[in-house]
Amino acid sequence: MTGQARPIAGGQAGTALLRTIGLTKVFRGDGVSVRAVRGVDLSVSKGEFVAVMGPSGSGKSTLLHMIGGLEPATSGEIWLDGQRVDGLSQARWAVLRRHHIGFVFQVFNLVSNMTVADNVELSALLGGATRRQARARREELLGELGLAGKANAAPARLSGGEQQRVALARALANHPGLLIADEPTGNLDGSNTADVLRLLGRVHEQGQSVLLVTHDARAASMADRVLNLFDGMVADDAPVRAPARSSMAASGVLRLRG
Amino acid sequence: MRLPLLALLAKEPAHGYELKTLLEQTFGQAYPSPNIGQIYVTLQRVERDGLVRSQDVVQATRPNKRVYELTPAGRDAVAAWVEEPSEGPRIRDDFFMKLALSPLTGAADRMALINRQRRHYLGLMRGLSRLAGAAGRGNRISALLIEGAMLHLQADLDWLERCQEELV
Repeated sequence: MTGQARPIAGGQAGTALLRTIGLTKVFRGDGVSVRAVRGVDLSVSKGEFVAVMGPSGSGKSTLLHMIGGLEPATSGEIWLDGQRVDGLSQARWAVLRRHHIGFVFQVFNLVSNMTVADNVELSALLGGATRRQARARREELLGELGLAGKANAAPARLSGGEQQRVALARALANHPGLLIADEPTGNLDGSNTADVLRLLGRVHEQGQSVLLVTHDARAASMADRVLNLFDGMVADDAPVRAPARSSMAASGVLRLRG
Repeated sequence: MRLPLLALLAKEPAHGYELKTLLEQTFGQAYPSPNIGQIYVTLQRVERDGLVRSQDVVQATRPNKRVYELTPAGRDAVAAWVEEPSEGPRIRDDFFMKLALSPLTGAADRMALINRQRRHYLGLMRGLSRLAGAAGRGNRISALLIEGAMLHLQADLDWLERCQEELV
């Protein structure tokens, strides 16, 4: 995918693309309060791929939603490319998302009464592209994702894997600096998962920053760094390191009879 | 190693090096085959047990080679092996033992043990992905073997997560 990820105005060189400081979320209701996220410090450098794992209910999705501005933080700070964004109004957040953040969810959230092509182009148009640019970008992305032939189809006519690829194309249509993905392979079978992972890998290779929440060990193992979230706190934060090439074999995991 | 080697001889007689090559062709680099010494030792044992017999074949320009063929008893052994349902793979319980006994050893807390193990599994997973990429789609047996190893690793990680939920 060609095209530069868009820098956010006022960004400072050398800072992390994304940084959270003491990020906290408390859900209150019916006299009980639940501390879903409890003081998370997180950073994602430009071009870095960070995966977040952790048990269900550990606060992973809430964390992503706060970072994407879909959920207000209770306390703490969020910095995107050197700009503090946690206090922004909903309207300002919406603008920021359109221009700088691509989102992919477990459910594909495609607009059902629009064609595949329009789903992708809409995202580029909202991001400020001209019609001509939006179309070029859509053709480029769908071509790259092997979906050129489906441009005029309704999303419902596509398989789950194809719909998720369209969702990915849509998320990337406005050259976002940060791609946020919440369990993007959660609803997919093995071969569709492999397709989406291949794409994520390629997106990362091209210098895109990625923040991925996943239970899929293959997806997580592609990341530069894996965070483990537990009870709303970061329990581990470590780079992924494969064993030496020479010592690697399937027999290290699965021993056939012998 | 005994039964796979006998199975490789079911179609036609072969010498040790041919068996090694056949194993390599079937499983690819995802599953390193035994070295030639191990293969010859195994062949000697199954010959002693009456499952194969061998004879030297004279070659004009090279040393004689010893060719092995299945005996009727060997053929029965292969048939019985194929027909019998196989045990599932044994879970590696060494880590679980460490985790369960960690309050007694006092060497590390459970969270630290789990974190270290998770990092190890994720590293292995990355290694397997690399192996899958290198193997390509050419050898289906090899690709399926790698996929099986990945699925087991995923289960190991899921189990690790359950341990974290319950024990930490």
